[in-house]
Amino acid sequence: MTDQAEGYTTADGRKIGGVVMEMKNITLRFGGVVAIHNISFDIREGEIRAIIGPNGAGKSSMLNVISGFYTPSEGEVWYKGAKRPPMKPYEVARQGVARTFQNIALFEGMSVLDNVMTGRLTHMKAGILPQMIWKGRAEAEETENRIIAERVIDFLEIQHIRKTPVARLPYGLKKRVELARALAAEPTILLLDEPMAGMNVEEKEDMCRFILDVNDEFGTTIALIEHDMGVVMDLSDRVVVMDYGKKIGDGSPDEVRNNQDVIDAYLGVQH
Amino acid sequence: MLHDIFIAPFQDMFSAPDFLLQVLWEGLVSGILYALIALGFVLIFRSSRIFNFAQGIMVVFAALTLVGLHAMGVPAWICVLLTLGVMFVLAMAIERVVLRPLVGQPDIILFMATIGITLFLIGFGEIIFGGENKVMITEELGIPTGSWTLEPFGGLLILEQKDVTAVVVAALLVIGLLVFLSRTQMGRAIRALGDDSQAALSVGISLHTIWVLVWFIAGIIALVTGIAWGARAGVSFALEVIAYKALPVLMLGGLESIAGAIIGGLMIGLLEKLFEIYWGQPLMGGNTETWFAFVLALLVLLFRPQGLFGEKIIERV
Ligand SMILES: Nc1ncnc2c1ncn2[C@@H]1O[C@H](COP(=O)(O)OP(=O)(O)O)[C@@H](O)[C@H]1O
Ligand SMILES: [Mg+2]
Repeated sequence: MTDQAEGYTTADGRKIGGVVMEMKNITLRFGGVVAIHNISFDIREGEIRAIIGPNGAGKSSMLNVISGFYTPSEGEVWYKGAKRPPMKPYEVARQGVARTFQNIALFEGMSVLDNVMTGRLTHMKAGILPQMIWKGRAEAEETENRIIAERVIDFLEIQHIRKTPVARLPYGLKKRVELARALAAEPTILLLDEPMAGMNVEEKEDMCRFILDVNDEFGTTIALIEHDMGVVMDLSDRVVVMDYGKKIGDGSPDEVRNNQDVIDAYLGVQH
Repeated sequence: MLHDIFIAPFQDMFSAPDFLLQVLWEGLVSGILYALIALGFVLIFRSSRIFNFAQGIMVVFAALTLVGLHAMGVPAWICVLLTLGVMFVLAMAIERVVLRPLVGQPDIILFMATIGITLFLIGFGEIIFGGENKVMITEELGIPTGSWTLEPFGGLLILEQKDVTAVVVAALLVIGLLVFLSRTQMGRAIRALGDDSQAALSVGISLHTIWVLVWFIAGIIALVTGIAWGARAGVSFALEVIAYKALPVLMLGGLESIAGAIIGGLMIGLLEKLFEIYWGQPLMGGNTETWFAFVLALLVLLFRPQGLFGEKIIERV
């Protein structure tokens, strides 16, 4: 099903489009450690794509390659039909790739609203001077950014903490604020590194619902790393399975669940 | 003796409240300029972990450029714009030639690099503008040079109009900066980078842009300080020392705290003046302003190593 250029229709009737991001034969080495070994896979428009695998499998490294934090030792990244030259993370962000981190990376000293507003930085049009003079265009832009930030804040149900400094928030809410900041960028692709790690059951359910809603309402393409197999099976359209830096499975949750390599390497192992 | 230290100064303050006001005013004038310079330090430190030794020489360089351009016959206000342009080019050059190649080097290397910038600017400034003292083009800039006499408590309070101008301009600049930092996207980007550089990259913030920006802001601050201080003391390389007053301000306020820089600057300006007039001159032969701020800062550091308002000291486990 993944061979069709036009995409596919999911069981619940969502239309998945063509390939928007493609990793071709990616290898990533840190000195002697091979974190990613010759992995290829694609991400299609509108889908929820999961990357799973045991600890140390190289999942975060893969996300870091996609978001430009790591430069692959070998292989190519294709984005929107073009080969992407080596890029700095901020350049990748400006191309419409937003992300969250496994160990929350928020601006702790700033309010929730300001954190979400920084998500709009990728859309900055007015230059430095208009910003400094704070007039006309810069003002209009500020208003527009503010509207979008508030919309995201409403959507993720964090209105009550808009003005709270992030440092004072509990872990679960921080995770949600980080998602809000990424969403504010109105990204083409949203990368989530273990969005539910360390959460209690109720928080996990909320986060699941938000991820599905984001995908559903805005049509945002989402690639996420998750540890909790149940969650992955419920959420994702297609799954890449990694183990020791290698890809050992790729397909629908059902296909992956029945793949013997995956069962041996991952499902069979108790975590 | 105890009487002279603990009682007499306060008796003096209350018996001549108009004079006390005069002293506080003088302290405020210096204090707001210290605050401004410290703010420049803090912005650069937060966004690049660089302790900018060159801030002092930038004050001199900006003032020299302004006066030097005017000596060539350029109208005063055009000189201001041109000097701002020069400070912008300087910011870009520093980012390109010094910061970018040294990115990721240990902090001490970057600190040394700012000493290099200092030496370069001293040499460059002397070659172009000469080393001799110059007069600030105060009147040409439309800064009033008269004074106002007030009579609070039936006494006398003299406000030099150029000091009033300096306070107003510096205060506007501080307020403007605060608004810029808190209400604009570029301002948020500066704060964000100071807070978490990884996260900053992930939302599309370019280190290079922010570095140019904060060094340019430091340049603007240098020009304003140079004009204000130059109007009182003339323009020479000695001006540099006022920037070193930012050191104790930073020790008090913390290297990363914007509020700390402002409050610390005002505190030091006011306290060093009060100390000089009521304790220094009667008891110690005066001239205490050269060292008072440093001693005060050291005392504070003994009890609060992170400064008075410093965000917690970062500990890596
Ligand atoms: N910056 C780095 N420097 C050195 N080794 C790294 C770095 N990032 C990841 N690794 C190594 O790459 C491997 C994969 O790590 P990671 O991508 O974090 O796995 P996962 O997210 O699947 O748990 C690990 O062996 C890890 O130690
Ligand atoms: Mg990981």
